[in-house]
Amino acid sequence: MTVPREIELRVNGRRIRGVVEPRLLLSDFLRHEADLTGTHVGCEHGVCGACTVLLDGEAVRSCLLLAVQADGREVTTVEGLGTPEALHPLQQAFRDEHGLQCGFCTGGILMTLVPFLERCPDPTEDEVRHALSGNLCRCTGYQNIVDATLRGARALRGEEE
Amino acid sequence: MKPAPFDYEAPGHLDEALELLARHGDDAKPLAGGQSLIPLLNFRLARPAVLVDLQRLLGLASIRETEDGGLRLGAMVRQASLERDAAVESRAPLLHRTMPFVAHPQIRNRGTLGGNLAHADPASELPAVAVALDARLRIVSVGGERWVDARQFFVGLLTTAIEPGELLVEIELPPPPERTGWAFQEVARRHGDYAHAGVAARVTLDGAGRCASARLVYLSAGDGPTEAAEAAGSLVGAHLGEATFDAAARFAAEREIEPTDDIHASASFKRHLAAVLTRRALAEATRLARAEVAS
Repeated sequence: MTVPREIELRVNGRRIRGVVEPRLLLSDFLRHEADLTGTHVGCEHGVCGACTVLLDGEAVRSCLLLAVQADGREVTTVEGLGTPEALHPLQQAFRDEHGLQCGFCTGGILMTLVPFLERCPDPTEDEVRHALSGNLCRCTGYQNIVDATLRGARALRGEEE
Repeated sequence: MKPAPFDYEAPGHLDEALELLARHGDDAKPLAGGQSLIPLLNFRLARPAVLVDLQRLLGLASIRETEDGGLRLGAMVRQASLERDAAVESRAPLLHRTMPFVAHPQIRNRGTLGGNLAHADPASELPAVAVALDARLRIVSVGGERWVDARQFFVGLLTTAIEPGELLVEIELPPPPERTGWAFQEVARRHGDYAHAGVAARVTLDGAGRCASARLVYLSAGDGPTEAAEAAGSLVGAHLGEATFDAAARFAAEREIEPTDDIHASASFKRHLAAVLTRRALAEATRLARAEVAS
């Protein structure tokens, strides 16, 4: 039998402890142990991108990471981005540009784009499409997601709309 | 879609990791970036009794320049680090140029060079690049170490020269030869997905501007990285141009690679793509080699 392990990580600035089986995926830890259900689980093999979170600031698939591997690390989920009252500028841009329909993919897309826009604050449309290549959306056809990303990038650069 | 139970070890030293691998043999699986292994666990296609997580072995995550102008890359170097590293860009331009094609950004943030090579997926870009670059791989165990050439490392479908108890720790790249250009080309349904066809090409010119040597290595074209040695050899001594590229591309695509049908593309379509990509890659590599001669 496998021995459960005690882990402690910071999620959205909050310290979270758990006793987990080694096989527990980080995505399931976040959803079921930390009650952060904004991290969605689509394919569970690294194709859809819905479960993307930040691990020490870098976008990663939380379904391809064991919770035990995140012990001692800093995780940011979509809940750490903004609040319903004060959306993150990128979330606001998605709202303004209708960059989502069902919303299932949106959390993962936002968590992919936040570090991308930090590294590449003034991207071309082509660069945005490449950055989004690891995130599937079945509703929008992507056009509004790209528009929303470019709008969000302008907002993050402090440019007026 | 959840892994079967396993024991988890995260050793802090290489010796400890090797000890664990020696003790558990076939029952243990090293966990590098996990971007291929964890999907296999999730699908329960792999059910190791023990996972030996290498992420604390920071000594395996370094990129070092060697005195001869080559590189030594730790097996745990993340793919995103390779993509952004200036020494890789100047000393291994083919590797640098290929990185954006390796899966998606989120995967490259976790995926490692060594994990990718050890997984030996024939659809992966990095095994083809390792062969094209004449990489040498350092494999260690409690019993010692050995070096294996990339050509001998990939022995079959998802199979490498690594034996139970052994661990791939380092990849050595020789200095890039002079008067040489490199190119990588692939076609995938979605950028970053497994490619239908892809090729890594090298062209080296002689002092008179003729082809001194060339290499063509394909992915998704057989059980592992697939070299088209005859097609590449046919270029030697030639003044390179469209006609020679076309002849080599046809020969390689029709005679030297063995793509198979899958749900996305037929084998004959993949051969067609391979020929088109070969022409493009040879033209690009030749252009870059000429530019290097001129500079």
